[in-house]
Amino acid sequence: MSLAEVEAAELTLEGEETVGRLRDAWRRLLANKAAVVGMVLIVLFVLVGVTAPLLAPYSPTDNQFFDQIRPGYVPGPSLHHPLGIDQNGRDELSRVLYGARYSLVIGIVSTLFGMVFGLIVGTMSGTFGGWVDNLLMRLMDMMLAIPGLLFAIGVAALLGRSLTSVMIAIGVVNIPVFARLLRASMLSQREADYVLAARAVGVRRWRIVGAHILPNSLAPVLVQATLALATAIIDAAGLAFLGLGSADPGIPEWGRMLAETQAFLQRAPHLAIFPGLAIVVSVLGFNLLGDGLREALDPKFRR
Amino acid sequence: MLKFTVRRLVQLVPILLGLSILVFVWVRALPGGPANALLGERASAQSIEEIRRELGLDRPVWVQYFSYMGRVVRFDLGTSISSRRPVLTEINERFPATVELSLAAMVFAVGVGVPLGFLAAKRYQDWFDQGSMVGSLLGVSVPVFFLGLVLKYVFAVKLGWLPSVGRETVTSTAPHPTGYYVLDSIVTLDPAALLDSVRHLILPAVALGTIPLAIVTRITRAAVLDVAGADYVRTARAKGMQPRVVDRRHILKNAMLPVATVIGLQTGLLLSGAILTETVFAWGGMGDWIYRAINNRDYAVIQGGILFLAIVFVVVNLLVDLSYAILDPRIRTR
Repeated sequence: MSLAEVEAAELTLEGEETVGRLRDAWRRLLANKAAVVGMVLIVLFVLVGVTAPLLAPYSPTDNQFFDQIRPGYVPGPSLHHPLGIDQNGRDELSRVLYGARYSLVIGIVSTLFGMVFGLIVGTMSGTFGGWVDNLLMRLMDMMLAIPGLLFAIGVAALLGRSLTSVMIAIGVVNIPVFARLLRASMLSQREADYVLAARAVGVRRWRIVGAHILPNSLAPVLVQATLALATAIIDAAGLAFLGLGSADPGIPEWGRMLAETQAFLQRAPHLAIFPGLAIVVSVLGFNLLGDGLREALDPKFRR
Repeated sequence: MLKFTVRRLVQLVPILLGLSILVFVWVRALPGGPANALLGERASAQSIEEIRRELGLDRPVWVQYFSYMGRVVRFDLGTSISSRRPVLTEINERFPATVELSLAAMVFAVGVGVPLGFLAAKRYQDWFDQGSMVGSLLGVSVPVFFLGLVLKYVFAVKLGWLPSVGRETVTSTAPHPTGYYVLDSIVTLDPAALLDSVRHLILPAVALGTIPLAIVTRITRAAVLDVAGADYVRTARAKGMQPRVVDRRHILKNAMLPVATVIGLQTGLLLSGAILTETVFAWGGMGDWIYRAINNRDYAVIQGGILFLAIVFVVVNLLVDLSYAILDPRIRTR
């Protein structure tokens, strides 16, 4: 066999194994009741986010029911307004439904942001080693030395009040987490037999990294991404709660809805409970799935 | 062991120096500045320029940095522009509040989480185990400020059992020699003040401690499951040792290693990450203070506060690593 043939044979073997392993993991994931519940919650969450304009009975931003509000009284749940009316005369159900869009977009974009940059840093670190690795990891240490939420507040304050800055702020906090995870995973793969084999037959370094090490290092990253999405939704709500979200006051963002109703807690607790529950349910979905994924992808649990 | 400690301490120096530069440059890059925050939006360019000169902000950034660091090494973190008090004095008052809250949260998390995780592992895969695992996932899914609001609504507003904000009753005149209110009341032998400060501590501690509780429960369960299958446990059982003694001496003791690490790491996180809880319960700690300083562009507070928290955070993490080396002799040899 020529070198190229050896390489090709080795690649197909590797490929088959990866597919087999993925199918195996998928089977184990479906056998996990909690993970399936998580997936159902996520699908619901995404569906609500996408179809909010069709589902919502009223506009989420129009104060059309302001005449029903009296001093010291905000109407609670009723037949016309299943979740009641908010302190500014807007239908609460419509606002909660629209809120899913914001949480969904913020969660996905910020996690992708952190993951992509984290992967770039982690890959460079894991591939080059030496002083590049040292420099990048010390930078990551610095970022990790600032508590996450405080860091996000700092970045958001720097970029000004907008949804974009919230997404970047939360994403930046995630960079060191993904970078270190991928680096550690790559380092453990680097010594694996199949890498040694590829090196022995003369496969180029970037090819080994791209075709062998990276794909095999991604499992923990995938788990982390699911869990990071959950945290991103919570953190976005936290930033909005602190008044660092979008500058538009009417925006139906769950965290902001919670923050605004703090003053009405005594008279209208439903205004805090519904957006809060919406956050809990969507975050729980990602946590359940992430947990299930971890077990499904962990070789220790493979039977 | 000493060598290990010294090496880790030396490694911290460049990280903290780098961080101080980053924070320094970052506060100056924030839109607006202390002069604008002090004078409001309609201030004239001339008066803003005057204040900037007064605060030394018209000098090149690197000159400002070196003069700042020169003062920092002499334990002078500057003066807050909004309260006009030294930053270190304010840290002295606020850090105990945050420490007290974090420790109370950790006591709650460990006190409930370790027994819960142990029981869950002992009853592996029955309803109790599965219930506690779902419960712990639910625990990490609840935003701390939402939990805080709910606790406040139920236990303070509706039931009226516990106070909703602050560290003590507003009218309290109890003295505070240490700044740790619970400790103060014990030192001054004042049972009424002790009850008051503990009552104020309960709701915020539960809110802040819920996520660590969930994590401690899961880690304890995993560690116990891991150890329970070990050969020495089987041996102990085989030689007829009482199950309770095996549980305590062989399983729990060895399972505590990873748990101790998590407890340490979580404490570090709490010390620095209690901003939202402190805001909801008007606690008057570090997080809440730095957050307001960012809004006021109070440079000295932001720089000093973040540096201080970062030092606490990395030192706690270092202590965790060291304690790990003490608990597990295998690590020390490396």
